[in-house]
Amino acid sequence: MSDHKTMTLTLIVWRQKNASDPGKFETYTAKNITEHHSFLEMLDCVNEDLILEGREPIVFDHDCREGICGMCSQVINGAPHGGQVRTTVCQLHMRKFKDGDTIYIEPWRARAFPIIKDLIVDRSALDTIIQAGGYTSCHTGGVADGNAILIPKPVADEAMDAAECIGCGACVAGCPNGAAMLFTGAKVSQLALLPQGKTEAAARVTAMTKAMAECGFGNCTNHYECQAACPKGINVKFIARMNREFLKAQFA
Amino acid sequence: MILDGKCPTGPIEQTWDKHRFDLKLVNPANKRKYNVIVVGTGLAGGAAAASLGELGYNVQAFCYQDSPRRAHSIAAQGGINAAKAYPNDGDSIYRLFYDTIKGGDFRAREADVWRLAQVSNNIIDQCVAQGIPFARDYAGYLDNRSFGGAQVSRTFYARGQTGQQLLLGAYSALSRQIKAGTVKMYNRREMLDLVVVDGVARGITVRNLVTGALESYAADAVCLCTGGYVNVFYLSTNAMGCSVTANWKAHKKGALFANPCYTQIHPTCIPQAGDYQSKLTLMSESLRNDGRCWAPKKKGDTRPPNQIPEEDRDYYLERKYPSFGNLAPRDIASRAAKEQCDEGRGVGPGGRGVYLDFADSIKRLSEDTIRERYGNLFEMYEKITDENAYKSPMRIYPAPHYSMGGLWVDYNLMSNVPGLFVLGEANFSVHGANRLGASALMQGLADGYFVIPYTIGGYLATVKPGQVKEDHAEFKKSMEDVNKDVNKLLSINGKRTVTDFMRELGTMMWENCGMARTKESLEANIKKIPALREEFWKNVKVSGSGADLNQQLENAGRTADFLEFGELLCRDALHRNESCGGHFRSEYQYDDGEAKRDDVNYCYVGAWEFKGVGVEPELHKEPLKFENVHLAVRSYK
Repeated sequence: MSDHKTMTLTLIVWRQKNASDPGKFETYTAKNITEHHSFLEMLDCVNEDLILEGREPIVFDHDCREGICGMCSQVINGAPHGGQVRTTVCQLHMRKFKDGDTIYIEPWRARAFPIIKDLIVDRSALDTIIQAGGYTSCHTGGVADGNAILIPKPVADEAMDAAECIGCGACVAGCPNGAAMLFTGAKVSQLALLPQGKTEAAARVTAMTKAMAECGFGNCTNHYECQAACPKGINVKFIARMNREFLKAQFA
Repeated sequence: MILDGKCPTGPIEQTWDKHRFDLKLVNPANKRKYNVIVVGTGLAGGAAAASLGELGYNVQAFCYQDSPRRAHSIAAQGGINAAKAYPNDGDSIYRLFYDTIKGGDFRAREADVWRLAQVSNNIIDQCVAQGIPFARDYAGYLDNRSFGGAQVSRTFYARGQTGQQLLLGAYSALSRQIKAGTVKMYNRREMLDLVVVDGVARGITVRNLVTGALESYAADAVCLCTGGYVNVFYLSTNAMGCSVTANWKAHKKGALFANPCYTQIHPTCIPQAGDYQSKLTLMSESLRNDGRCWAPKKKGDTRPPNQIPEEDRDYYLERKYPSFGNLAPRDIASRAAKEQCDEGRGVGPGGRGVYLDFADSIKRLSEDTIRERYGNLFEMYEKITDENAYKSPMRIYPAPHYSMGGLWVDYNLMSNVPGLFVLGEANFSVHGANRLGASALMQGLADGYFVIPYTIGGYLATVKPGQVKEDHAEFKKSMEDVNKDVNKLLSINGKRTVTDFMRELGTMMWENCGMARTKESLEANIKKIPALREEFWKNVKVSGSGADLNQQLENAGRTADFLEFGELLCRDALHRNESCGGHFRSEYQYDDGEAKRDDVNYCYVGAWEFKGVGVEPELHKEPLKFENVHLAVRSYK
């Protein structure tokens, strides 16, 4: 446990008191960090020092710390979640850095995600998109047996690929247009692929894309940065599928 | 006081159907006159809020995260049980009922467990209708796998992310109701008090975690769906924000806390790597479908696992429990792993680990098959440990994972405080002293989709809507009390951080009240915890303001509650002079190390009444009657 070599790192962190504060970068030192620290545990250590010095700790969103809740949201050295393949900030470990590194840490930046404080942003716009139609309108109870409608394995698998989205918003933070096309496309595709979601597909895609625009998200210009940033590896083909569904809906 | 669970009587197969008919109804036009508060938006809370909103009640739902989709149900990996019996392997509602009672070491109510098994099938249908992409076979039918404590395959799954998919299903149903206006969602709010007026639950006081403002919400019923409390051990598989706070506040307002000593230590988690560590990560029980647990036979064998030949390996679960093998239930598998390490045969740093080996399955099925089944788990393991589990076995060790204990509820899921309902992990109802794998998801959704929509009506039909509003004196008093606590925490300005206190409490709980407990270890804790609590209130350092987003302040409040609750947990463990399920008292074991239950003296639910901080709580008992299942020694040999 103590036999690991430790690292000292320089952190340049975005600090912002609240939504109306202009905010600025501040510099901190992280000491005694081992390769086994997760990135957030490294920040915990920095915060413990700050608290004991009587300074305000850095606030950041986090919860499950196992890469599934989608709460953590930091741009590290310019890349959402730190730029490792299929990795959230909480699953990023310090073995990816070396002693003496300087690390820039910023919040998600997008028009639709106003900053609340430091590294915490307001992502309720993503909830708004789901509320517009990201569901099947089945009632509790009174549904058919689970095996009443067969679903071919490849279809179920592809729906699952889309359903893996954790709603973190990295796709938006990574997109030069601040678009939520990958997020929305994933949900639209999951439900359009499955027979249970097909009946409402046209209404759904229309309502969800409308909500997306109203929330202030941009449009897709095929940079594919979203796919690169996605910690679950959601494929941009789901954006193409959403566009197809959208076109179909115009003629429905 | 002898507690009455108000369980229906008669043939067990008819209890729930008969009870549903006997329950009073609220007519559709009257439903919208009733306000219902739902705290927590995990499987239980999300499903409850969505279903109650859909029925026409006026629902207000609260969560501490930034979105209801983030509740920790999302982290459940392996699957959800149901008695569909699709594989034709001998399953039935009766068998699921029996396995759950036995799995819980005969410490749960028969009627509640029967209902759970009965509605399990509806849950699968509901989830499929919501568009949850469960695993399917090539013919398009739903696929199943096995979980611990069962000899049938009844677990439905969506890769290694079943909890995520089920939660997103509940979240989508909830989102639909939010859009429809039947549910008003309050994100980033933490419940800090239950408001009780003349003995009846009437609402809650919450802190807005963004602005720091305290807010009052009144309702005709309050549903706590606030999860479990194993973060009392500091390191656990729970999310960082999981706490006992909502339940503890309700307990302090009169709700009885049942069986707090029943805590689940999950056998397969990634071992701790250092003192700085903030949480432990679970490796799904489903891995034990294809992974074999072993430890070296020789003490202090430091050879790499691949160089330890077969004859030097002890596949201890297969040896000890031949009929269930690697799929022995969690409490038993955890103790067996601890036993290997205690004997000096553990592996990895500090000898606190055993192997979970996939080599045989990879040989039998191919690496691709294993990747398809568990790919995301292997990936997660590699991110944390930097080791490739396709090439060498995983190292695992038990970790706190789930709490079977919780607030006491009757058959209607109502606590002893009228109007206060408790759902999911937050209540104590169905898992007894040990929960079987893939049953937490089942219970959360059963309570939320298929129990509370009926039982809450039975209560609301007897009360006049809107009797108490936010301007009532009790709401003001509650807010003042919460405010006082917040200010107190901010004014101490001591020398130790909140995390430092929580770590000390957690270590004490893990060492003296973890996988094995003794009279001495528990008495030591009961002495030490009040001293630590006292120091906390004199020496904790919480900076910043209460009128702002202040994560230290949030953690300080949760830690303060754990410092009170931890003592109750130890008291409950001390009073229960038997071993059962997750509660293992070293003094009470058979010669072969198996748990020794005492049905003559302890076949009851132990529900504690709060009498003041530092004051001995009062024990109330609800005797458990077994009319359908024979009380037997629980054996998986």
